Amino acid sequence: MHALNLDYMAGLVPVLLDYLPLTLGMAAAGMVCALMLSCLLAVIRVSRLPGLDQAAQLFISFFRGTPLLVQLFLFYYGLPQFLSFLVSINGVTATIMGLTLHFSAYMAESIRAAITGIDRSQTEAAQSIGMTHAQTMRRIILPQATRVATPTLMNYFIDMIKSTSLAFTLGVTELMGATQKEAASSFLYFEAFLVVALIYWVIVEALSWCQRRLEKRLNRAYQR
Amino acid sequence: MIALKNITKRFGAHTVLDGIDLSLERGEIIVVIGPSGTGKSTLLRCINFLERPDAGQLTVGDLTVDVPAARSEDILGLRRRTAFVFQNYALFAHKTALENIAERMIVVEGLSKAEAHARARKILERIGLADKADAYPAALSGGQQQRIGIGRAMAANAEVILFDEPTSALDPEWVEEVLALMKQLAAEQQTMIVVTHEMQFAREVADRVVFMDGGRIVEQAPPSELFTNPRDERTRSFLRKVLADNAPSVT
Repeated sequence: MHALNLDYMAGLVPVLLDYLPLTLGMAAAGMVCALMLSCLLAVIRVSRLPGLDQAAQLFISFFRGTPLLVQLFLFYYGLPQFLSFLVSINGVTATIMGLTLHFSAYMAESIRAAITGIDRSQTEAAQSIGMTHAQTMRRIILPQATRVATPTLMNYFIDMIKSTSLAFTLGVTELMGATQKEAASSFLYFEAFLVVALIYWVIVEALSWCQRRLEKRLNRAYQR
Repeated sequence: MIALKNITKRFGAHTVLDGIDLSLERGEIIVVIGPSGTGKSTLLRCINFLERPDAGQLTVGDLTVDVPAARSEDILGLRRRTAFVFQNYALFAHKTALENIAERMIVVEGLSKAEAHARARKILERIGLADKADAYPAALSGGQQQRIGIGRAMAANAEVILFDEPTSALDPEWVEEVLALMKQLAAEQQTMIVVTHEMQFAREVADRVVFMDGGRIVEQAPPSELFTNPRDERTRSFLRKVLADNAPSVT
């Protein structure tokens, strides 16, 4: 037992912050891709498109039913043995891919629930003015579902930011990977991991603040 | 011109509409009355395929659709020639009053946003809600919401506006302003089919009153005739009942 080395911790912060852009970049890329994929999956599920609906269900079942770490290993270490064009896949790409597929499975179900929760009269009103199914989805249903789904989707985004730390198991030096290296050379494991924990915490808190602002904005139309 | 031929609708084993024939000329105003659960709303909803009829033929303006063979272009065509006013208003909750009215012009007619908003503002003036352009539905009273709903229908320049019990969900204090707007439209020769329990409105505004019972049209006549001299016993007993309930408003 030794006293907390505060000088070391303070010095470590700027070193680790250099890796923050990579961590946030992977999370942002994963989130953007996951949003697009999950919207597509949700619309397929809601519209009950024959064939595609079953495929979407299978996809969601698999990626919700297996651990993210297993999926990452499968993509990074496993798939290149199987599909030769993936030999050059790097850890960052594999992480973004894994995060996208894994989280889109969860997000699709949230978005689907949000869509089915929108009052049926909204669809009928859109139909009554002659909008097509696609127009109704894009202009009436999805914008309203977004508001309903936003709190949940933000929670997934927060989870995704923290999950980027698994990238270090694929040899990516991001926030967690960098901390691991710093700790291994200084032997100050407690200080190092405490610093990285605090960094993640601050990021998540900042995001929660943005989330509250965003929800307020989205609720503007519903104020009496 | 609007024409319905043999429109039939079943929900499972229950026949809700049993071969309805009805036609109206441009500018004509028809009020449909009858007991609850007799298919009045379903009839309106079949005209624009919010419910798909099981049989029959529909003509709206220059489009005639054989119901069983209706393709999605036909359905879209019928919907674009008609407009609908809902009992619960059904305004787009995430859009302002102005955007609710402009939506069809942007999406269906392909107008620019600026042009659509300019036209929607004119409609807001006609319905007396110009000052509510930027209000969201949740901030409006029931009467105001329904007037926006009617404004949205007016924006369609439809062959016919279908009113599905437009005042039934309203608190009594808001009913008059909605009926007044409908009378204003009637005075402008807007073709309309109105399902309502407002007998006084039917008397004053309708060119023809249609009495429905059991999924059929029992009789139809100008209000002066139908209200004073109903031919069928079912019409007589229905009118006795509702006119007794509405006694103060009937003179």
